[in-house]
Amino acid sequence: MSRELFKFKGGVHPPEHKAESNGRPIHAAPLPRKLVIPLRQHIGNPAKPVVEVGERVLKGQMIAAADGPISTAVHASSSGTVTAIDLQPVPHVSGLPDLCITIETDGRDEWIAHAPLDYRAMAPADLRTKLRDLGLAGLGGAVFPTGAKLNPGASGHCPTLIINGGECEPWITCDDVLMRHHADEILQGMAVMRHMMGSTEILVGIEDNKPEALDSMRSAAAKLDFAVEIIAVPTLYPSGGAKQMTEILTGKQVPSGKRSTDVGLQVFNVGTAYALARAVHHGEPLISRLVTVTGHVLRPQNFEVLIGTPMHTLITLAGDRDGTTGVLMGGPMMGMPMPTLDAPVVKATNCLLVESKELFPPLPKALPCIRCTRCADACPAELQPQELFRFAKAGDFGRAQEYHLFDCIECGCCSYVCPSHIPLVDFYRYAKSEIWAHEKDKRAADLARERHEFRQFRQEREKTEKAEKLAAKAQAKRAELAAEPAVVGAAPSDADAKKALIAAALARAQAKKSDAAPKNVDHLTPEQLQQIDEIEARRAKIRELARQPLESEEKNT
Amino acid sequence: MLAAILVMVGIAVVTGLILGWSAIRFKVEGNPLAEKIDAILPQTQCGQCGFPGCRPYAEAIAKGEADINQCPPGGEEGVKKLADLLGIDPKSLDETHGTPKPKSVAFIDENTCIGCTLCIQACPVDAISGAAKQMHTIIAAECTGCELCLPPCPVDCISMVPIAEDLPHWKWKHPVIELKRVA
Amino acid sequence: MPSPFILDRSSVTQIMAWVLAALLPAIATYVWLFGPGILVTLSLATVTALAAEAAMLKVRGYPVQPFLLDLSAIVTAWLLALSLPSLAPWWLIITGTLFAIVVAKHLYGGLGQNIFNPAMVGYAVLIVSFPVQMTHWAGPLELSSAPLTLAQSTSVIFGDDVPKSTLDAVTMATPLDSLRTGLLRQLTVDEVMTAPIFGRFGGTGFEWLAAAFLLGGLLLWALRIISWHVPLTFLAGVWLTAGFLHFYDAGRFGPPWFHLFAPSVMLGAFFIATDPVSGATTPRGKLIFGLSAGFLTMAIRTWGGFPDGVAFAILLMNLCVPLIDQYTQPRIYGGARKAKEPPA
Repeated sequence: MSRELFKFKGGVHPPEHKAESNGRPIHAAPLPRKLVIPLRQHIGNPAKPVVEVGERVLKGQMIAAADGPISTAVHASSSGTVTAIDLQPVPHVSGLPDLCITIETDGRDEWIAHAPLDYRAMAPADLRTKLRDLGLAGLGGAVFPTGAKLNPGASGHCPTLIINGGECEPWITCDDVLMRHHADEILQGMAVMRHMMGSTEILVGIEDNKPEALDSMRSAAAKLDFAVEIIAVPTLYPSGGAKQMTEILTGKQVPSGKRSTDVGLQVFNVGTAYALARAVHHGEPLISRLVTVTGHVLRPQNFEVLIGTPMHTLITLAGDRDGTTGVLMGGPMMGMPMPTLDAPVVKATNCLLVESKELFPPLPKALPCIRCTRCADACPAELQPQELFRFAKAGDFGRAQEYHLFDCIECGCCSYVCPSHIPLVDFYRYAKSEIWAHEKDKRAADLARERHEFRQFRQEREKTEKAEKLAAKAQAKRAELAAEPAVVGAAPSDADAKKALIAAALARAQAKKSDAAPKNVDHLTPEQLQQIDEIEARRAKIRELARQPLESEEKNT
Repeated sequence: MLAAILVMVGIAVVTGLILGWSAIRFKVEGNPLAEKIDAILPQTQCGQCGFPGCRPYAEAIAKGEADINQCPPGGEEGVKKLADLLGIDPKSLDETHGTPKPKSVAFIDENTCIGCTLCIQACPVDAISGAAKQMHTIIAAECTGCELCLPPCPVDCISMVPIAEDLPHWKWKHPVIELKRVA
Repeated sequence: MPSPFILDRSSVTQIMAWVLAALLPAIATYVWLFGPGILVTLSLATVTALAAEAAMLKVRGYPVQPFLLDLSAIVTAWLLALSLPSLAPWWLIITGTLFAIVVAKHLYGGLGQNIFNPAMVGYAVLIVSFPVQMTHWAGPLELSSAPLTLAQSTSVIFGDDVPKSTLDAVTMATPLDSLRTGLLRQLTVDEVMTAPIFGRFGGTGFEWLAAAFLLGGLLLWALRIISWHVPLTFLAGVWLTAGFLHFYDAGRFGPPWFHLFAPSVMLGAFFIATDPVSGATTPRGKLIFGLSAGFLTMAIRTWGGFPDGVAFAILLMNLCVPLIDQYTQPRIYGGARKAKEPPA
């Protein structure tokens, strides 16, 4: 290709390990008995359940709806019955559970009625909403809602569309095999993107360590009626990062804190293009994806997996081996260790990398930073990692932010090259989450201050209003008294009445509350005591009932 | 001699003019220090410091009438920030004002609540909704966890529920690098 | 522990080992041209440094083995030893090494925490405290009537009963010192430089030692252990300043090549100013650091009280590092600055 390529600063060359898994054809993972589908699979608000426990759902049926513009819907990956909507283990490094919908599958895999979209006839906004409701999210890793991203902005068109087939992370090959076997569909999805973004230039960047994928994509592109450039880019981690791919192909840098559409381009992953083609040309929501299962397994390969399939079934399928030391979701550079393999495959699951002592020996102990700046040389975001580390470690988060902590893409290049073996990225993640937490606290404090000040203002206002009212009343009363001289025993004032009411309520409540041991029983007659016991029994019963309102309702109906 | 005196007088006059001008030009409305202190305080409005809210406490600190270690919700971290701001040594929290507790929100047992509105009146941030003889509810997102609603409740139906760690609130921990031998 | 789960093979030990390896050509040249005395100095400094390092780690509660194996103490010891006069007495070597390791390194917090280059701190303390002993340079063999054997060198270094006349017979003023004293005696540069101690463009023997340091430095650069920024600008700083002065008055200021090919300049440029811990970290910062250190070296040589200025120049620049780094933060990806436009 004659196109001039650019180079991004930094980057590293970790061992690729692609050959282990990219040779085998795609296998469809079998339908599991139980699907656990998390509601928070994408960036933005989690989806809101629209089904109930006990409801039968069909394959592709929406089970949770998008909540707001930056959100996507979630769908049943197969037909069956909803058995639970509760907290379940999810693929997150913390091991904390999250809200999921559990579906007991019936084995029939029965599709809901679905039809292709006539995307050329639809208004762009409607199409975006439709894609949101079909659950489309970026499959490259960030899982940003695709519908929201397919928006060219105010100008109405985004000149350059980049399809990212970089897949620079070692071990992962799901994009590689997708391009080998489904190039036509990827390009169909791309045509939809081109239509929606109004793009004139379409670039597909693929690392040159994937010649088969390049060939397959090139022969598919030759059949298209519009020009697509399939470009081999030099293999260098992290060239598959959206910003890095942008720079390689166009020489442009996305300004810090801005969106890529601001410089007239948008980047999508090849998997997202494929999912879009399935959605538009078949009306299928995003209910499955390709997952590479590799590392310490007998048959490393790629599976077509239904969202919600438990991870351990995939590892069994690929042939688990003795000596497994852990499983990563994602690759060795940016992947996250999975605390439990009961967690399901989600839209972000591109790879399950099974670790062993031989493949991933324990990292050597860290030494102090010697400021050698190899990290700065390797950083593709062109940051000064050694300074960020210093600030993050000392808890000086303000300075860390001044040194552009939030431009860090957590690619791991700095930790990879660090001769002192410092887990640098860990420190940045820690600093980022502390800053987010601080900001959250700050917002809460600001809200509390505002509300407190408003309350004081309100109380002040009420006081003056009351005083005015009282003054007016007194005036009226005086006038009344003057007219009608003798009224004995004036009515108790407002305040007295209220006090009496509260006292009465207090008494009632006290009686109600002291269910365990009735108070003040010392001087009561046996008759009264018996009465109390009866009341207590009745109250206990009522409480028992009140405690399980749902159950009792169910019994009644 | 005369020249020296003239020079000194001249400098004095010029400096005085600059000072006078800047006093007018850079006049600050309100009490900026109290503002800054108030910005650090957690705005719980709990009154554990002995002042009726965060703002009065901030003003008292600014005037030097209160110490910086009287705010349990702010914790040691808050004391440290105040010390940084005021350029004084941080000290440990004064336990007579209470000890820091895990962040919690109030929860009303709606079966027991009698609708007396006393808690509504006590809440410093209007985070309880309800009307007389109607069941009350805490707006959890706005509750500061100040516990001021607990004492007035005649039926003890309010309890403090610690905020459980869930995914949106999860934080990365400080990485441990073991350089020193742990004795 | 979260990602990444793989590491490059580099390590602090590996970096330090390459630095030591890059010093070997210079050490070999040293032995060849000036006699084997330097080997005694090197060994003594190494043993002292390792002992001091181990003791300090123990006292500070750090595990001894991983930090001793990082070889940083040996690097400090060798750099100091190569800066010292080759016949400096044993207590001078030990004092300097101890000061470098204990005070300049560990009292500042150990590996990675020292503001000043430890070897240069050790050197500076010695030259300020013991200026006389710091002139015990063995002359180059080709100018020496009776070269010292290893045993003789050892007895000079360890023997306090060496008669002054013996010492005077084997030690010699360095070319820089000769130039300095000559100029102080109102001689012109040309007159001074007729002495046999002055070689083709540096000092006799000394120029080859400088070239050996240069060779080692280029090795480190080729291995990407040091970047070109600091050495190049340091050398440029020395050469430009010396060249300007020489051009201004060739009679009173030595020629630039002579100043450049002093071993201390090459050692400083490639091995000491490039010390990552005490040097600037940003690319522009490194340029400023190197250029300023080069200029200061010449300023101290020309107008200061000591014959050489490399150590003081680098220490002074170490002092400025936080400031330099803060004001030379590079543009980040997508950061403000006119984005380079791709050619159409």
